[in-house]
Amino acid sequence: MLPILHAIQAKLGYVPYAAVEPVAKVLNLSRAEVHGVISFYHLFRTEPAGDRTLYVCRAEACQSMGARELEAHAKERLGIDFHETTADGRISLEPIYCLGNCACSPAVMIDTEVHGRVDAARLDELLAES
Amino acid sequence: MGATRVFVPSDTTARSVGADAVAVAIQSAAEKNGSEIDLIRNGSRGLYWLEPLVEVEVDGRRLAYGPVGAGDIASLFDANFLAGGDHPRALGATEEIPWLAGQTRLTFARVGIVDPRSLDDYIAHGGYEGLGEAVKLQRAEIVEIVTESGLRGRGGAAFPTGIKWNTVLGAEGEQKYVTCNADEGDSGTFADRMIMESDPFLLIEGMTIAGLAVGATQGYIYLRAEYPLAIEIMNEAIASAHAAGYLGEDVAGSGQTFELEVRVAAGAYICGEETSMLESLEGKRGMIRYRPPLPAIKGLFGAPTIVNNVISLATVPIILAKGAGFYRDFGTGRSRGTLTVQLAGNVRQGGLVEVAFGRTLRELLEDFGGGTATGRPIRAVQAGGPLGAYVHPSKFDAPLDYEAFAEFGAMLGHGGLVVFDDTVDMAEQARFAMEFCAIESCGKCTPCRIGAVRGVEVIDRIRSDVDRGANIELLKELCETMVDGSLCALGGMAPYPVMSVLEYYPEDLGAD
Ligand SMILES: Cc1cc2nc3c(=O)[nH]c(=O)nc-3n(C[C@H](O)[C@H](O)[C@H](O)COP(=O)(O)O)c2cc1C
Ligand code: SF4
Repeated sequence: MLPILHAIQAKLGYVPYAAVEPVAKVLNLSRAEVHGVISFYHLFRTEPAGDRTLYVCRAEACQSMGARELEAHAKERLGIDFHETTADGRISLEPIYCLGNCACSPAVMIDTEVHGRVDAARLDELLAES
Repeated sequence: MGATRVFVPSDTTARSVGADAVAVAIQSAAEKNGSEIDLIRNGSRGLYWLEPLVEVEVDGRRLAYGPVGAGDIASLFDANFLAGGDHPRALGATEEIPWLAGQTRLTFARVGIVDPRSLDDYIAHGGYEGLGEAVKLQRAEIVEIVTESGLRGRGGAAFPTGIKWNTVLGAEGEQKYVTCNADEGDSGTFADRMIMESDPFLLIEGMTIAGLAVGATQGYIYLRAEYPLAIEIMNEAIASAHAAGYLGEDVAGSGQTFELEVRVAAGAYICGEETSMLESLEGKRGMIRYRPPLPAIKGLFGAPTIVNNVISLATVPIILAKGAGFYRDFGTGRSRGTLTVQLAGNVRQGGLVEVAFGRTLRELLEDFGGGTATGRPIRAVQAGGPLGAYVHPSKFDAPLDYEAFAEFGAMLGHGGLVVFDDTVDMAEQARFAMEFCAIESCGKCTPCRIGAVRGVEVIDRIRSDVDRGANIELLKELCETMVDGSLCALGGMAPYPVMSVLEYYPEDLGAD
């Protein structure tokens, strides 16, 4: 089921409620089972995402290099909390636990592009570019 | 004279600090200057503190320049770096950089040297020699060599790989599977990603040998979704290997079929635990399974299944190629061979350090790491991921050895070392350990599901000085309950970092 859900999310940016029934049918499962899978995994969204998604790493290696401050800066600068999207629909903000970029912390990912050694100023630059 | 070969790494970390822009700038400067170059996007050597690390091949030797920014390109051309010219960024011959020369690269022998998208390059650098040996052997002989090598699982639990394979070999079943755990969830780790991005055929070769050894015809790589580049490169490598007869029917003339597929995870830390991973591979919620039965006997879809970490599998080819004794001669005690240490967090010289077991933590942190990035004293090092203890500087003379670490309540796990300087608030780190456990709990058992939430609350009360003494006692009891009563190591080990804070950094909790 994961490959199907990934494909839906790749196409639509999220897995809408309306997709649950057809996926359940194809796989011969109950709607509850499909819903259970979607809700178990952090990376499946059930709400539309912004044009771009900013993932800020919250894990220990990034913490040791100021990720907590970076997280606060991102929230303040975008005026949103984690799991929210800016009012203009441009950027969604998500926490992530480890991008495997831990020797160049702190790290963020914008859509699928990872950036290392990101401080507040660098984050502002990246947001301005995207 | 032919074109000069120039290497610009394309792994995630190199790109995250600007390697793509460097590659573009070199290409366009070369065109402008009329210099003929052959630009190769290799993987990273793992000297992440020097990325982007550009290399040029001069008289058959690779010379390094780093860290190179796009702004350095003009001056590099002015200094004639294509002929090895001197420049403030020049580092000399790559292999002679002490940080690299002081390592024992067995599993990572080819990483950063080859073009990860080229099967020919892999073979030209000794790739598929291990499989070449394996096809000449009986199944039990392959398993015997892996057992003899002393290789233990590098995913965390350090279980002997050969013994696991032997169980799968002996298990009854028409269909058997080889699964690779590439969920690499621990913060401070990137060795699996490096193999997949920088030497993907090595993992394919290791899994193929595992398939031959136990008679499995299908393999899956459970790869974390947070690694989009690794997913792309692995898929491409599988297609190339397939086209060349290294996967599929009659693999490498062995008479046996071995197919391989990547399955993308979806961001749940618990799915790195092997039974949860198998549930996830079956398309379900990643709920932990009760054991027994072992996955080796009833694993994926109920069939006998090998579950191994990327590094365990990627180490098998060199063992087959060079022999069990060659590998086992490295190391100390019951920890044989090499450990792929990942220096991460607040460290001046971070990256991948592969050394034989037995080197001390201090050597890693000081000689390789060069202390903290901030230049302040090291106060704590979290070893072995989010479930691993915070190691106090009084323990830095401990050797890298599974048993030696266990003696003081710590673990080597997947080899990640996350360094913190003296500005760290250890009470906050203890809180995070509980918070992480609460977020990632699969929910199957109460000590973990409820205990972790309670843990966060108790630590919050301690930090705001509410009934401190009583709450510290409560926290200790809660840790014990979780350790003793949890079904799997998430709930069972998340208390370890907390207990290490209680023991070694009590002042941060206001205790004595
Ligand atoms: C919560 C939890 C998370 C884990 N995450 C991983 C992981 O990301 N990668 C991994 O290889 N092993 C992980 N493990 C260990 C696996 O359960 C298993 O021991 C390992 O994949 C076996 O392979 P090995 O013997 O080659 O190490 C995790 C274990 C637990 C309890
Ligand atoms: S310890 Fe936690 S993650 Fe493990 S089975 Fe229990 S609830 Fe699930």
